[in-house]
Amino acid sequence: MNNLMHYKWRKTKNIIMASLCFISAIVAIVPLFIILFYTISQGISSINWAFFTQMPKPAGETGGGMANALAGTGILILIASCFGLPIGIFSGLYLSENEGSIYAKSIKFLVEVLNGVPSIVIGVFAYVVFVIPMKHFSAIAGGFALGILMMPLITGTTLEMISLIPHSYREAALGLGIPRWKTTLFVIFPAALKGILTGILLSIARVAGETAPLLFTALGNRFWSTQLDQPIASLTVFIYDYSKAPFDDWNRQAWAAALVLIVLIMIINIIFRFVTREKYA
Amino acid sequence: MHNVELLNITETADSNISNKKAENKKEKIKVDKLNAFFGNVKALNNISLSFSENTVTAIIGPSGCGKSTLLRCINRMHEEVSGTYEGIISLDDENIKDNDPVWLRRKIGMIFQKPNPFPTMSIMDNVTAGLRLNGIRNRSKLKEIAEQSLRQAFLWDEVKDILKQPGIALSGGQQQRLCIARTLAVSPEVILMDEPASALDPLSTNKIEELIFELKKSYTVIIVTHNMQQAARVSDYTAFMYLGELVEYNKTANIFTNPSNKRTEEYVTGRFG
Ligand SMILES: Nc1ncnc2c1ncn2[C@@H]1O[C@H](COP(=O)(O)OP(=O)(O)OP(=O)(O)O)[C@@H](O)[C@H]1O
Ligand SMILES: [Mg+2]
Repeated sequence: MNNLMHYKWRKTKNIIMASLCFISAIVAIVPLFIILFYTISQGISSINWAFFTQMPKPAGETGGGMANALAGTGILILIASCFGLPIGIFSGLYLSENEGSIYAKSIKFLVEVLNGVPSIVIGVFAYVVFVIPMKHFSAIAGGFALGILMMPLITGTTLEMISLIPHSYREAALGLGIPRWKTTLFVIFPAALKGILTGILLSIARVAGETAPLLFTALGNRFWSTQLDQPIASLTVFIYDYSKAPFDDWNRQAWAAALVLIVLIMIINIIFRFVTREKYA
Repeated sequence: MHNVELLNITETADSNISNKKAENKKEKIKVDKLNAFFGNVKALNNISLSFSENTVTAIIGPSGCGKSTLLRCINRMHEEVSGTYEGIISLDDENIKDNDPVWLRRKIGMIFQKPNPFPTMSIMDNVTAGLRLNGIRNRSKLKEIAEQSLRQAFLWDEVKDILKQPGIALSGGQQQRLCIARTLAVSPEVILMDEPASALDPLSTNKIEELIFELKKSYTVIIVTHNMQQAARVSDYTAFMYLGELVEYNKTANIFTNPSNKRTEEYVTGRFG
């Protein structure tokens, strides 16, 4: 009798816990759907061909687009990649080569710390390093800030992907009398390349959504500019400016730009899923 | 397991070992009083033996007795897992520590237990990897060496029409022969094999054994194996190891028909190990 009671109580507890978990899971994804729904309903009406191809109209006029912001985000990501990718990849290779050493361990720790530094702080850093000496905001400064944000992410994936490569490949290559650096660069790195590429995509998705560091560095630009030493527009700063503006049409365009950004990031994430699925499933 | 000191089997073995060398054949590799360590753990205790040119030497012994470690000391792969050793290993009477490990490994090739063709490379690129990554660019020369090595490894006929396909698309036995071809391509003088057929089916194993028989015409071959029949079939000399020590080293026929140590006898007749 007592046993049966106990069993029932256990059953009940089980059901309660399971339901709590389920509810939590729902609560966790509800904001995503609300955001998506709201962004689409507010922004979709402003999305048309002109939005992608035209320049912003002067304040107060309706219409116009964000061609300069799209191009600007692209340029900023390119600059960031020039900084972040090589340094990130090579430091990842270095760390994987010297995994045991104290030097490598401390660098790894510092990289993890850098990964946790708020992006606004990195923006301030880029402001001090680039904007103050140059005496004005610039694309270079913005790209530099985003590059620093990318670096630890790239280092992390490189390290992780290389550690997935079985040690036997390294030994096979060394056993052929291939020097260590060539083994790493031409045998191990190519084997890990696919994983590293997807990591790069994810880090691009991450920095594409950054606003705070750009406010200090790239600033924003209402005109078409591809000059690296001049302020440059970006999707996120466009959203920031247009959502604050006292014009309904601009507010709608801010929603539209947000929608574009979300879709871009989702596409990158889907590519990531797609590419990683084959290999590590 | 690691209490090698407890064993007192070296007395009888030592006298046996020091004067064992293949008659009139040059001693290619000499191992003298080798002690190998992983950190503080001793894996090999006072091993001395030599390997002669154009012979196949089998190393046998129960799991964990240090066979792989001995092999990996010889091409300095032991260092790659932060292992250390004391004693002298020489190749052609030169201490292997006097030279660059990269240079040494071109002379002493190694085949591993699990076939490990480079995953991103085609069959052709796998075979020529050692040459290409050591700076040889001449395409016709690479092709020529690739064909020659694949023929030597008895693989050419099976792959000559699919050289562009990835190496890992081959069967396990073919992959292992590809790895052998890859090693032969850098023209080593010594070939170390660590249980090269233990992951293969009987037919592929046969092929590898035939291959070893051919290889000894031009190379010094040292093979670790758990398979007594295999050791008896392919090797001229056999070394029996136990708990990090060399127990007995002699002509293979002697080891299998008339071992001088009781442990050897028990092991080769399958009573322990
Ligand atoms: N990387 C390592 N770190 C620490 N100890 C190791 C390492 N590799 C091997 N050892 C130890 O060294 C001893 C010898 O190992 P080894 O691999 O040479 O044995 P083996 O004779 O090749 O065995 P098997 O037949 O199972 O391959 C074992 O006791 C093992 O535990
Ligand atoms: Mg072994």
